[in-house]
Amino acid sequence: MKALNRKLLRDLSRSKAQILSISAVVACGVASVIAMRSTLDSMQRSSDEYYASSRFPNVFASLRRAPERVAVRISEIDGVAAVETRVAVDALLHVPGLTESATGHFVSVPDDGEPLQSALYIRRGRFLTPRSDDEVLINEHFADANRLGPGDTLSAVINGRWRELVIVGVALSPEFVHDAIPSSGLGMFGDSKHSAILWMRRNALGPLYDMDGAFNDVTLLLTSGASEQQVIASLDEILKPYGGGHAYPRKDQLSNNIVSGEIEQLRVFGVAMPIIFLAVAAYLLNIVLSRLVATQREEIAALKAFGYSNSSIAAHFLGYPIAAVIIGSIGGIALGIWVGAKYTMLYTQFFRFPNLEHHTSPWLIVIGVVVSGAAAVVGALSGVRAAVSLPPAEGMRPPSPAVFKPLWMERLGLQGLLSPAMRMIMRNLERRPIRTLASVVGVALAAAILVVGTFGFDSAHYMADTQFTQVEHEDLTVSFGQPRPYRAAREVAHIAGVTRVESYRSTPVRIRAGHRSRQIVITGLERGSQLRRIIGRDGQRYALPASGLVLTSALGEILGVKAGDTVTLEILEKGSRVRREVVAGLADEILGLGGYMEIGALNSAIGEGRVVTGAYLTIAPGMEPSVVQRLSDLPGVSGSATRRAMLESFNKQIADSLRLTVEIVVSLACVVALGVIYNGIRIALSERSRELASLRVLGFTRREVASLLFGEQAAINVLGTPLGLVMGLGLAYWIAIGFKSELYRFPVVVMPRTYLFAATVILLAGVVAGAMMRRRIYNLDLVSVLKTRE
Amino acid sequence: MTVAAGVAPSVAPVPPVQRKLEDEPPRRTAVFQVRRLSKVYHMGEIEVHALREMDLDLYTSEFLVILGASGSGKSTLLNILGGLDVPTSGTVRFLDHELTNAGDAALTEFRRDHVGFVFQFYNLIPSLTALENVALVTDISRNPMKPADALDLVGLTDRANHFPAQLSGGEQQRVAIARAVAKRPDVLLCDEPTGALDYETGKLVLNAIDRVNRDLGTTTAVITHNAAIAAMADRVIRLASGRVSEDRRNARRASAEELSW
Repeated sequence: MKALNRKLLRDLSRSKAQILSISAVVACGVASVIAMRSTLDSMQRSSDEYYASSRFPNVFASLRRAPERVAVRISEIDGVAAVETRVAVDALLHVPGLTESATGHFVSVPDDGEPLQSALYIRRGRFLTPRSDDEVLINEHFADANRLGPGDTLSAVINGRWRELVIVGVALSPEFVHDAIPSSGLGMFGDSKHSAILWMRRNALGPLYDMDGAFNDVTLLLTSGASEQQVIASLDEILKPYGGGHAYPRKDQLSNNIVSGEIEQLRVFGVAMPIIFLAVAAYLLNIVLSRLVATQREEIAALKAFGYSNSSIAAHFLGYPIAAVIIGSIGGIALGIWVGAKYTMLYTQFFRFPNLEHHTSPWLIVIGVVVSGAAAVVGALSGVRAAVSLPPAEGMRPPSPAVFKPLWMERLGLQGLLSPAMRMIMRNLERRPIRTLASVVGVALAAAILVVGTFGFDSAHYMADTQFTQVEHEDLTVSFGQPRPYRAAREVAHIAGVTRVESYRSTPVRIRAGHRSRQIVITGLERGSQLRRIIGRDGQRYALPASGLVLTSALGEILGVKAGDTVTLEILEKGSRVRREVVAGLADEILGLGGYMEIGALNSAIGEGRVVTGAYLTIAPGMEPSVVQRLSDLPGVSGSATRRAMLESFNKQIADSLRLTVEIVVSLACVVALGVIYNGIRIALSERSRELASLRVLGFTRREVASLLFGEQAAINVLGTPLGLVMGLGLAYWIAIGFKSELYRFPVVVMPRTYLFAATVILLAGVVAGAMMRRRIYNLDLVSVLKTRE
Repeated sequence: MTVAAGVAPSVAPVPPVQRKLEDEPPRRTAVFQVRRLSKVYHMGEIEVHALREMDLDLYTSEFLVILGASGSGKSTLLNILGGLDVPTSGTVRFLDHELTNAGDAALTEFRRDHVGFVFQFYNLIPSLTALENVALVTDISRNPMKPADALDLVGLTDRANHFPAQLSGGEQQRVAIARAVAKRPDVLLCDEPTGALDYETGKLVLNAIDRVNRDLGTTTAVITHNAAIAAMADRVIRLASGRVSEDRRNARRASAEELSW
C-alpha cells in the first residue's frame, strides 16, 4: 500500500465517529431514494401490469337507464374498441357481526362468463355460477375487514326488499384497487368495514332495479391513438337523453386516481427526502473536510514539498467523501431495500393488486450511489480546493489569527448584557455567518422532519376528538339492522341502567348538486338531540332544523354547495324516490361525508311512517356490561357498539397505518440531528481545543470549559429548533394542501406535544453528541496544546 | 542590600522578612517545597526521565529564572508546579496544599486561586478583546484586580478594546501577563515568555514581568533557554537531565533594559 493511502486510512480511523455520522446521513439519503423509488416502481409496475391484463377501461360513464341497443351506437363512436354495459347500484347491507349497517356497491357481471373489461381476479373461492341468482363476489378489503369469505352470507336491502346473498368468492378488480367509495372521507383510513363492492350476475341484479334489457353504467376500451376527449364528447351526446352525460376518463376514475396520487406522492418524497439528506451530508463533509485541511496545512505543505502533485493531493482528500459514500451506500442500500419492502407490504393493505411484490431495480441502486457520491464530492469540493491551492511555503507558516469584531449587539451599546463567555459564543457564531446559518438550518431541518413525520397523529387525534367527544355523546349505539317501529327504541329504554335513549334513522342516498354526486348515508336525528350534536364551522353547537339537510362541511365542499342551496337526493331504499332538499347548514365534522336531517323529515322523504334503525344510549356508570348483555337478548337488535370501543379501534387503525412512517421518519431525523450536532461540536472542539486548554490552565473547570463549547452548539439548537418547528408546520400545510382531495383531507393540527417531542429529540441529540464528546473534552491535553502553535 | 525591592502589603500572603547579607540563605517562607521529584514519561516503549529526584524550594516574592537546554526538564517542572501535570514520584507542596496526589478538581482550583500562567504563544482567546481576556479570569477569581488596572500595569490601557488579531505579539504577551496577574496570584509561572518575540518586544515583556514581581511581590518563575534573562533574577537555577545542576543568587537584579542578547 502506498504511504499516502496508509495516511488516509489512519486519518479515517482517527475520525471514525465523524465519518460514520456522515455515512449515516448518506445512508439515509441512499435509503430514501431506494425505498421511495422502489416502492413507487413496484406500485407502478403492478398497476401497469394489472391494468393491461385485466383490460382496465379507458372511459367510464354512468346514467339513469338506457336500453341495451344504445350500446351499439356507442360502439360506432370513432376510436371505441370495445363497449361493456353494466348495472351498478348501491344498497344497504346487513353484515353478520357488524353493528352498523354497511353500504354495498353492486356491479353486474354478464349472465354467463366473465366481464370483458375490468376482469375480476378471484383471490379466494370461485367465480359466480352462470345465471346464479343469489351468489355474490365481494371485494377483498371488505372481506378482510369483516372476516368474511366464501360460504358466508349477508343480507341487502335491494330496491326496498331484504335479500339473503351467498358469498362464493373474494375478488379484486382494477376499478377497486383502492376501495374508496367516497362515503367515508377518510382516504387511507378508509372505511373498508362499512363499504363493500359486490359483483352479481346481471340476470339477478338487473330485474331488481328494472334494468331488464337495459343498463345504467358503461365502460369503454379505446383503440390506440383514439382521442379520449372526442370519445367522451360523443358518448355524452349519446347518453344525455338517458340521464348520462358525465363520462370521465381513466385518470379521473376514483381508485386509479388514488393509486396515481399515491405514486405521485412517492415521487415527490422520493426526490425531496434524498435532497434533504444529501444536502445535510454535503454540508457535513464540507465542514469536516475544510477543518481537516486546516489542521493538516503543514502536512499538505510537506507533501507538496516532497513533490506530490496537486491531483494526488486532491485524490487523497477526496478519499474522505468516498469513504463516507461507500460506507453509507452499503448501509443505505440494505436499509432502502428493507424499508421499501416494508412500505410495499403496508401498501398491500390499502391497494389490492393481484400481485404487489417489492422489487428493487439494480439501476436504482446505481442511481442512489451515484447521486449520493456526487453530493458528497460537491460537499467536499471546497476543502479539496483549499488543499490543492495551498502554496507549500505558506503551509509551513501558521495560519493568520482569526479576526473578530464586536457583536452587533455591542455596537448597539448592549454589551453589558453579556458575560465574556457569552461574548465568545456569540462572536464565534457571528464571525462565520454562513456556517452558523447552515448549522441552524441543519438543526431546523431535523426538527421540521420530526414535526412533519409525527403531526399525522395529532390530526388524527384531533379528528377523533371532534368526532368522539364533541359530536358523539352517547355511550352506546344500538342498531336494528333494518327499519323498525319507534317502539323498538322504547323497549331499549326499559333496560335497567339505560339513562337516556334517542332514536335515529339512517339510510343511504345518492346526493347530487349540478353534475357532482356522491353516495352518502343520511342520519335522521330526534329534534333537540343531545347525544348527537351538530357542530357548526365556528365550533359552536347548533340545533337541527325542522326541515332541510345538514351536510358535513367536507361534503359541502365536494358538492360545491352552501347553506341555502338545493340538492337532489336519490333515496336508495324503498324504490329510489328522488327528492329535492334545501341545505340548511354545514356541520364541521371532519370524519366522513354525510348528512343529517330531522328524523320525521327523513322518514317522510323516504315515504315511511315513524320508523327507526337504531338508537343512541347513555348508560349509568358500571352498568354497561349488563346493558350490552340485555341488548343482545332483544330480538330486533342486530348489534351494539360502545363509543369507547369505536374510539379505540379508530386510534388503533390510525396508529397501525402511521406507525411505520413515523418510526422511519423519526429515526432519519435523529440521524440528521445527531450528525449535524455531533460534527458541529467536534469541529468546534478541533478549532478551539487550544483556546479551551488555555482556559483550563487559567483555572476553568472541565464543566465550565465544556459549557463554553456546548454553549455554541446550544445557541445553534436554540435558534434552529423554533425555526424547524415553524418549517415543520409550513411543510405540514404544504403536504396537506398538496395532497388534498376528498379522500386525503386532514386538518393540519400540530399539538404542543409534537413540538415538545421534536424539541426534546433535538435536545437529546445534543446531549448524546455532548456525551460522545465528553471524553475528548476531559482528556484535553493541557500541556502539549500550550506548547505548540496551532 | 535587600534583594526584593518592594512587596505590596495588600498582596503578600506572608509578612515580609528582613534580609541581612546576600550570602546568607533567606529565612523566608517557601511557597513551593519540592522533594525527590521525579517524572517519567512513557513514550511508547521508551521511558523518558524528565525529572530525577529533584529538590527545590521557591520563596515568597522571589524572582526565579530556570535555565536549561531543551529536554532538561524545565517545562515539566513548571507544569508540575502549576498543577498542569502530576509527578511520578516525590512530593510537591504549595504553602499548606499537598499537590502530589491532588485530583483534577483540586488542581483546577489550585490553578484558579493561586497560579498565573504566561506562555510562549500567549494563548489569548481570539474572540475576546484584551480587556475581556483579562475579565475572563477575574470573573472566576476571589479577589481580583479590576481588569483595566491589570492592563494598566502592563501599559496597554489604550489597547483594551482590541482583539488579539489587532495586537502585535508583544502586546498579546503583555495582555497574557495582565490576565495572569489580574487574579492576584501567589505565583506567576512563565514558560519561554519571550520565545516567540523579537529582541525589543521581548524586553518590553520582561519589563512587565519584572514590574509585576517588584510592585505586587508575586513569586515569579520564568523558564527560558536564554541565559541573558538570568540577570534579572533573584536566583537562577540551571537544569540538566532532570536535575538541578546549578543554584545561584544574583548579587544585583538587572532591569530588563540592561539586558542584551
